Amino acid sequence: MADQPKAAEPAKRRLSPRKRQRIFRGVQYAILVAALVALALYADWASLAQNFARLDIAELMLPDLFTVALLNTMVYAVGGFLFSFVFGLIVALMRLSPVGPYRWLATLYIEIFRGVPALLVFLMIVFLPLALPGFAVPFGTYGQAILGLGLVGTAYQAEIFRAGLQAVPRGQTEAARSLGMSATRAQFTVVVPQAIRIVIPPTTNQFVALLKDSSLVLFLGVSGQYVDLTKFGNDMASTHANATPILVAGLTYLIVTVPLGYLAGRLEKRKGTSR
Amino acid sequence: MTHAIEIRDLHKHFGQNEVLRGIDMTVEPGQVVCVIGPSGSGKSTLLRCVNLLEEPTRGKVFVDGVEVNDPDADIDAVRRRIGMVFQQFNLFPHMTALQNVMIAQQRVLKRGKRDAEKIARENLEKVGVGEKCDSFPIQLSGGQQQRVAIARALAMDPGLMLFDEPTSALDPELVGDVLAVMRKLAEEGMTMLVVTHEMGFARQVADRVVFMDGGVIVEDGPPAQVIGDPQHERTRTFLERVLHPEE
Ligand SMILES: Nc1ncnc2c1ncn2[C@@H]1O[C@H](COP(=O)(O)OP(=O)(O)O)[C@@H](O)[C@H]1O
Ligand SMILES: [Mg+2]
Repeated sequence: MADQPKAAEPAKRRLSPRKRQRIFRGVQYAILVAALVALALYADWASLAQNFARLDIAELMLPDLFTVALLNTMVYAVGGFLFSFVFGLIVALMRLSPVGPYRWLATLYIEIFRGVPALLVFLMIVFLPLALPGFAVPFGTYGQAILGLGLVGTAYQAEIFRAGLQAVPRGQTEAARSLGMSATRAQFTVVVPQAIRIVIPPTTNQFVALLKDSSLVLFLGVSGQYVDLTKFGNDMASTHANATPILVAGLTYLIVTVPLGYLAGRLEKRKGTSR
Repeated sequence: MTHAIEIRDLHKHFGQNEVLRGIDMTVEPGQVVCVIGPSGSGKSTLLRCVNLLEEPTRGKVFVDGVEVNDPDADIDAVRRRIGMVFQQFNLFPHMTALQNVMIAQQRVLKRGKRDAEKIARENLEKVGVGEKCDSFPIQLSGGQQQRVAIARALAMDPGLMLFDEPTSALDPELVGDVLAVMRKLAEEGMTMLVVTHEMGFARQVADRVVFMDGGVIVEDGPPAQVIGDPQHERTRTFLERVLHPEE
C-alpha cells in the first residue's frame, strides 16, 4: 500500500483527467463524423428510398393501417393487459399468502410463464383444441390473442404487484388492523390502493411490452379483419414486394410506445419526489 | 370490577430472543399508566401484545375481561375497543385527514357516510386540526399527523388507548401540541397505556409509572415514587440519563 502513491508520482507529466476527458470526447465526435460521411458516400440512397420509403405504397395502407391494424393491436394489447392486471393481482396476493399451497402454485405459475417464450404460449393455444376436443377459446381470434397475452402478462404483472405490495410499509397494515379491520379488508382498503400507485410506472412499461408481444398473433394465423399492425405490414409488404409497409407499421408502434415510455418515466420521477 | 387491562405472566420470544420475561400488571378503567425504560427493553412489544399485533408466546392478556389470545376471541371486535397510536403515525397516505378518520368508521362500524364524516370532523376539531380535513398526510407536520392519528383512533369510540412513543418522531417544538391532546384525553377519563420518554408528562398525568428493563417490570408505582424516589439502581441510572442527557 505504501508504494501506491509512488507509482502515481510519474503521472505528473501525464495529462490531467479533465484534459484527457476533453480529448476523449473529441475522438468520439471524430468517429461519429467519419461514420456519417461514409454512410452518405457509400449508401445507395435511391435504392433505399425505393425499398423503404415509397410514399405511394404507404398511402395505400390508409385508412386500414389505423382503422383495422392499429385498432386490433390495441384491442389485443388492452385485452391482454386487463386480463393480466386482474389475474396478476390475484397471483401476487397468492404469492404472498400465508397458505403454503397458494404460494407454491403462484410461484410455479410465475416461473413457468416467465420462463418460456411468449411464442410458445401462443403455439400452445393454437394446439389447444387438439388436446381438448370440443374446446374452443371464446371470442375466436380476439379471445385466443387476449388469452395468450394475458397468460404471459399475468406472470410479469404478478411480480410487479408483489414488489408493490411489499413496498407498502408494515405499519400500514398494523394501523388498519388496530382499527378493527380484518386482514382481508386491511389488504384491500389500505395496502392494495397504495401498491397500485407504486406499480403504475412498471405497469406502464409492462403494457408497452404486451403491445409489442401482440405481434405474436401472427402465429395464430390471423387474417382479414383480425390482422394486427405487424401482420398487416407484412401482408402489404408481400403484396407490393416492398419493405415500406413494414417501416410504416414500425413507426405506427412508435406513435404509441414512445409517449407511453415517456409517461412511465415521468410517473417514476414524480413518485421519487412525492414520497 | 374487571380490569381494563390485566396481564399475567406474559412472555414473548422472537426466535431465541426472549423479549418479555414474565410481565404482570393491571390497568384500571380511567387510569393512565406510563411505561418507561431503555430502548430495547420490550415496551413496544408489551403494548403490541395487548392488541395482539404480537402473539404472546406464553401468559395471558385480558382486555375488559376478554382474553385476547384465546383462539375463540373475536380479535377484530377486541381491537375495535382499543385505539392504537404509533410512533410513526401510520396514517394512510392515499387518503385525506378526513378520510383517514372516516374509513374504519364506515368499513368496520358500518356508520353511514354522513355520520362518519360528522364524527370525523368533531374528532379532528377536538385534537386541533379541524382546518386540515382536506389535507393529505404528506402536507401536514409531524405533530399534525400524529393528532390526526389520535382522532382516527378516537372516532372508533375506544374504551382504551395505547400510545407507543407518540412524540418520539416529532421535532421538539411540536411535542407539546400532541401531549396537550393526550392530557385532555386523560382528564376526560380515558384509560391510557402510554410508552413515553416524556418524564414531565408521566409525572403530571400518569396515575402509575412502570419502569421496564430487560423484559421485566423493575418498578411499578405512582410517579412521585418511581420517578421522584426510585427504589432500584437500574431505575435511577435510566432516569439520570433521560433527565440529564447532556452529562
Ligand atoms: N418483530 C420482531 N422480530 C424480531 N425481534 C423483534 C421484533 N420486534 C422487536 N424485536 C426485538 O425485541 C426487543 C425489544 O423491542 P421493543 O419491544 O421494540 O423494545 P422498546 O420498544 O422498549 O425499545 C428488541 O431487541 C428488538 O430487536
Ligand atoms: Mg419501542
